[in-house]
Amino acid sequence: MAIRVVVDPITRIEGHLRVEAMLDDHNKIQDAMSSGTMWRGIEVILQGRDPRDAWAFCERICGVCTTVHALASVRCVENSLGITVPKNADIIRNIMFLTQMVQDHVVHFYHLHALDWVDVVSALKADPVATAALAAKVSPTWGLASEGYFRDIAGTLKKFVESGQLGIFQNAYWGHPAYKLPPEANLMAVAHYLEALKWQKELVKIHTVFGGKNPHPNYLVGGIASAINMQGDNAINMERLNLISGLIDQATDVVENMYVPDLLAVASFYPEWTTYGGGLGNYMVYGDLPQNGIGDISKFRFPRGVILNKNLNEVLPLDLTDSDQVQEEISHSWYKYPEGKTSLHPWDGVTEANYTGPDLPYKQLDETKAYSWLKAPRWKGNAVEVGPLARMLVGYASGKPEFKEVVTAALGKLKVGPAALFSTLGRTAARGLETQLAVRWLREEYNNLVANLKAGDESVADTKFWKPESWKPESKGFGFTEAPRGSLCHWIHIKDAKIANYQIVVPSTWNASPRDAKGQHGAYESALIGTPMADPKRPVEILRTIHSFDPCLACASHVIGPNGEKLAEIVVR
Amino acid sequence: MPLRSQSTYDLLRSHGVDRRTFLDYCVKLTATMGLGSVALPQVVSALETKPRLPVIWLHGLECTCCSESFIRSSHPIAQDIVLNMISLDYDDTLQAAAGEQVEEIRKKVMKDYKGQYLLAVEGNAPTKAGGAYCTINGQSFLSILQETAADAKAIVAWGSCASHGCVQNAKPNPTGAEPVKKLITGKPIINVPGCPPIAEVMTGVLAYILTFDQLPELDRVGRPKMFYGQRIHDKCYRRPFFDAGQFVEAWDDEGAKKGWCLYKMGCKGPTTYNSCSTVKWNNGTGFPIQGGHGCIGCSEANFWDNGPFYERLSNIPVPGIDSTPDKIGETLTVVTGVGVAAHMGWQLAHRKPNPARQPAEKHD
Repeated sequence: MAIRVVVDPITRIEGHLRVEAMLDDHNKIQDAMSSGTMWRGIEVILQGRDPRDAWAFCERICGVCTTVHALASVRCVENSLGITVPKNADIIRNIMFLTQMVQDHVVHFYHLHALDWVDVVSALKADPVATAALAAKVSPTWGLASEGYFRDIAGTLKKFVESGQLGIFQNAYWGHPAYKLPPEANLMAVAHYLEALKWQKELVKIHTVFGGKNPHPNYLVGGIASAINMQGDNAINMERLNLISGLIDQATDVVENMYVPDLLAVASFYPEWTTYGGGLGNYMVYGDLPQNGIGDISKFRFPRGVILNKNLNEVLPLDLTDSDQVQEEISHSWYKYPEGKTSLHPWDGVTEANYTGPDLPYKQLDETKAYSWLKAPRWKGNAVEVGPLARMLVGYASGKPEFKEVVTAALGKLKVGPAALFSTLGRTAARGLETQLAVRWLREEYNNLVANLKAGDESVADTKFWKPESWKPESKGFGFTEAPRGSLCHWIHIKDAKIANYQIVVPSTWNASPRDAKGQHGAYESALIGTPMADPKRPVEILRTIHSFDPCLACASHVIGPNGEKLAEIVVR
Repeated sequence: MPLRSQSTYDLLRSHGVDRRTFLDYCVKLTATMGLGSVALPQVVSALETKPRLPVIWLHGLECTCCSESFIRSSHPIAQDIVLNMISLDYDDTLQAAAGEQVEEIRKKVMKDYKGQYLLAVEGNAPTKAGGAYCTINGQSFLSILQETAADAKAIVAWGSCASHGCVQNAKPNPTGAEPVKKLITGKPIINVPGCPPIAEVMTGVLAYILTFDQLPELDRVGRPKMFYGQRIHDKCYRRPFFDAGQFVEAWDDEGAKKGWCLYKMGCKGPTTYNSCSTVKWNNGTGFPIQGGHGCIGCSEANFWDNGPFYERLSNIPVPGIDSTPDKIGETLTVVTGVGVAAHMGWQLAHRKPNPARQPAEKHD
């Protein structure tokens, strides 16, 4: 008899996500549903406000990928108002972008994803001497690897477990047959879980320098707010730059000598996971990290494009303003469209909340009806995946040498071909490889900033169109970025100096989307199908694949009301 | 019934932390909590002997910035809190288990530690649509909050969402999101506002509760006085420029490069109660004004609706850079009497904080 596995809440993610998986007689997943179970209504709240304030509201969509919505927002307002930001502002925004990406990816790997692969309790059985030997082999260049160090960590863990208060580690899946790491690898991973936790608070100081705080640093329409004055003591100066430079060195050490070696070591124990979790096989990237202004797509570090059906021989062009390309549909979402409409481009988007799910509390959702607060965005009718794997594949397929280099090196170490990338493990590995690129680019962007300052340019903001009196009575714009979780775009309509319409299509809406009218699954759903589960009551396999996408549900499920309609009264049946 | 078998100090010892390091940690903790050295022995004693407090940390409608801030704490660091100070039994952002297993934990803690656990709430609850705007395991977050609060010892409302409502509660509040104090009665609630709150403020509040076995002294809107007693403006390092009438007039202008006062760019420091200008952010690296942008007032109730952010607080003239006392006098005579009184009162209030002058909460 078929089993229906419900996992709600999916933990170690941002926000609220529910997964229901239908298993066949051999406990293999034959169908799945991904349901976003929260909704906040940020776009409705934005209407009628000052467009220069929008970044702050949008930034609060997510505190985990803090900054990404602020960046998309200032870009969309600037696009609408015809503002070109100074070169320093582009570079500093790139530095803030990369800071966010590196910190977020490392935290995802160690604190949100690792426990799917690492058995904390098994680490208790580890021999510190053997662990030190393993660590030296995995990464000879990482400093903390002595026998005494691992003995201390083992002692910490033992006492913690013996205290009987296991906190966040209680009632988990320890001892589950899907865990394959030897005790020493588990102990090393636990040690690095703690090291990463200590380190992650350091790198974000770069945001504090330029944006005053983290999470949620400040952004500015027209550039950045933190002035540069190399001859002054009360703005960005040599002391601040040195702080940043030191933090980049530290991050490089963590990524190159701890994160990437750990990732490849853990991956080598789970070869079967290069065959599960591939999913759609369609990948989309908007592109980002401008080297010659946001308008020059050809000079992005992350190239733009779409790959369909795993075809790495062709990267298709993408246009965010073409109303036939990006569209959202709602056949399985708790929203209503006007008569006769099934799918709309965000420029013309109409949204009306319409909860038709079961009465609360409910036990299960119905995949034949609406079942999510997420809409189903599609590119030319295709369900696509966004995020690190998509970026690495589009970079690789576009023939960018730096992408080829890191991908080829990792595949070589794992002794697998490029096809292994289309999998759960491929997605997790792509995030690590992307971090490797990101930390190198962080240094390059820092150098670019210094070079530009040396050339005498200290300008950080263009204030020509700061005052609403200088704006056209009506304008439209869009602003995109590549958030850690994938492609993100904001669309704005400004009228009489106020926001008339604001729409956001976020990465996790693409990935966590429900089915569409044609019955096409979203990326999470598709990726779960075909995975065997060892023990359906302890759903480690579901967590592995879902976490490989790094879900962010506060981002995904805020979308509503782009045209200022009054929300429908929602009746709970 | 003892809450746990080992004290923080026991655990630190077992981690190989020596007593000197432990005492150093206690000193920093004491300072963070705004306590004098007199209180140090109390802190040391508490961490040596007190059991770890069970904590259930719920997430409603939010963005997780509070959790992210929390793990940025530098003294104490997140590891110490989670492994040594509290027993973080339920927190869906960090929890190893998922689904059924994690809901079992919540129920178990509620039963085993009835009346003894601390409930930490990040985010708030939507009240419209029968609670369908935020559900966990098919249950409305609102009912989970009410159910979990019923047997909690006390509630910590993390951040502006749980304390005041924050962004989803801004007009027109489409989901009917309401802060904890509107939904839960009969329980002590500590509001720790900010979007997010400063990391060391969050850990400082917890450490105070653990150390002194009592809730911190609260102001009339339920905020710990130790961290929310003064306006950012009162302790701002750019304050001398305000007093001298030296202001940033446009982004990236000469004043911006010299770090002058951001009041004219809409800085809400003069009406915002928080520790940003003293504790600062990210281990003292800086704070919004130091980063060149005005304060947006993120720890104040309804700050989203008190904007726009770039509009200065009132139209009351402030001394210009080339103003002489005579010129200021002239200006003052042409504004309304109310304006003068407000300005003078405001200036005076800077010198001497007066709780009665705190901005009223619109919702209260």
